[in-house]
Amino acid sequence: MNYKRVTLLCGHYGSGKTNIAVNMALDLSRDHEKVVIADLDIVNPYFRTVDSEEDLREAGVKLVVSSYANSNVDIPALPQEMYSLVDDRSLTCIVDVGGDDRGAYALGRISGAIREENDYDMFLVINRYRPLTPDAESTLEIMHEIEAAASLPFTGIINNSNLAAETEPETVLASVSYAQEVARLAGLPLVMTSVERSVAEKLEGQIENLFPMDLQKRPV
Amino acid sequence: MAEKVLMKGNEAIAEAAIIAGCRHYFGYPITPQTEIAAYMAKRMPKIGGTFLQAESEIAAINMVYGVSAAGKRVMTSSSSPGISLKSEGISYLAGADLPSVVVNCQRGGPGLGGIQPSQSDYFQATRGGGHGDYHMIVLAPASVQEMAELTIRGFELADEYRMTSMILADGTIGQMMEPVSFDFEIKEAPAKPWATTGTQMKREHNVVNSLYLVPDVLEVKNFERYEKYAQICEKEAVAEEYMLEDAEIVIAAFGIAARVARNAVNAARAEGIKVGLIRPITLWPFPVKTFQKALGTAKQFISVELSMGQMIEDVRLATECRVPVTLCNRAGGMIPSPDQVYEAIKAAAGKAGE
Repeated sequence: MNYKRVTLLCGHYGSGKTNIAVNMALDLSRDHEKVVIADLDIVNPYFRTVDSEEDLREAGVKLVVSSYANSNVDIPALPQEMYSLVDDRSLTCIVDVGGDDRGAYALGRISGAIREENDYDMFLVINRYRPLTPDAESTLEIMHEIEAAASLPFTGIINNSNLAAETEPETVLASVSYAQEVARLAGLPLVMTSVERSVAEKLEGQIENLFPMDLQKRPV
Repeated sequence: MAEKVLMKGNEAIAEAAIIAGCRHYFGYPITPQTEIAAYMAKRMPKIGGTFLQAESEIAAINMVYGVSAAGKRVMTSSSSPGISLKSEGISYLAGADLPSVVVNCQRGGPGLGGIQPSQSDYFQATRGGGHGDYHMIVLAPASVQEMAELTIRGFELADEYRMTSMILADGTIGQMMEPVSFDFEIKEAPAKPWATTGTQMKREHNVVNSLYLVPDVLEVKNFERYEKYAQICEKEAVAEEYMLEDAEIVIAAFGIAARVARNAVNAARAEGIKVGLIRPITLWPFPVKTFQKALGTAKQFISVELSMGQMIEDVRLATECRVPVTLCNRAGGMIPSPDQVYEAIKAAAGKAGE
């Protein structure tokens, strides 16, 4: 995958943005020096990039996250370092944006600078097994709400359709036509299908642009 | 079988309520249950239902009272501090014999506490919470699938007994994502001849009220209600039994604690320790008979809780203090690890062997 200087991950609440963001940052760190992962999630105080702090630090990825994330202080705070994402153009950034349009509002402060520099991708992460995005039409509805809130246009679609621990190769295969339909209606490329590593191995050769992922650990 | 969807526990509650025919939801945001309100806000307008973010928890529970009095299925949800605020209204619902479903996605307390998961509202839920002699039916889900199942069951029980059903979840189950099947058969809600739906000039008007100023009338009401509660204790207690047949050590745990405990039971069984698990699914009524049956082999009980030890009192009552009951716990938003529970089992096995 050819990364732009800034990669923004947006999508419906619970579509899997954080897992993809963490895996992309680790992927980038293999051949890039100054990789930053920014957690701009103001919606969900529970499941955050900071859960992977150790892995990210080991890989030399800098974590930009509100000091309140996972701290029990339940306020929608943004990290003060978020401006470095646009001010320091030597950085390569993965930005994990909060769910839905409400999460995407957080981009408003930096979207002008991102648009001006024009070296970004903004991907819509989709999962057809989420109850409010079971078809292309409902997914497009959320996509347009996010674009309006972020005041940035999307540049591609990431199919992250999964059923968590019950994901089988067939689960992913059954989502391909949905993802293609979303891409067609949106007029955007389907840039990758992200799949948990052990399932991805079984899909080798059956799906283009597979992105194998290691999932963040869960408490129970 | 219907296709599964990937949901958060909170979302599963909201969708299950809609499937159960609930078209009125009133709430006020609080972590870790806000997804319920967010989901209802998206879905209710599309299906002709009402979502309303009330000005407070107290307002929301009184809106529940109003809709319930009109004979419709209705739900509200909150997390620990918000449930304390709702407790006055829950008592009024009990006093007026109105059915409702109230979700408590517990967080650590007391006071504002924290936003991480907890089970420390067990006393509040099982003893009533508000003022006066009353009970709620308390259901304790341990998976996202059960969040859906028990919400539907909660509506059924609420209507059948004209009571509040509380779904006593916690921040972990509310937030975790698991596949869910919504392949449910929904029974039609029973007729509610007592509801205030307008007389059409064809019947006497119905009164929904919890105020009884004549003491002997109020006493009769209370006695009647407790006869109903006795029936519920007889008929509706449910527990999951795991490896109980020969268990000398029995763990009692509900909700997320039961998932942790189950891992520990498996690990201890692998070493030949005779340990089993009782997972109460109804916390009120408490599954007393399951515990009494376990006394056939049990020499010790361990109550595993995300609190300073609340259910442990019901375990002692159910086992009539005939064998020791110890506590294995974390509090304040922390969750016991399978290792901690395993160590507690090992310690108990050591004592049993002495």
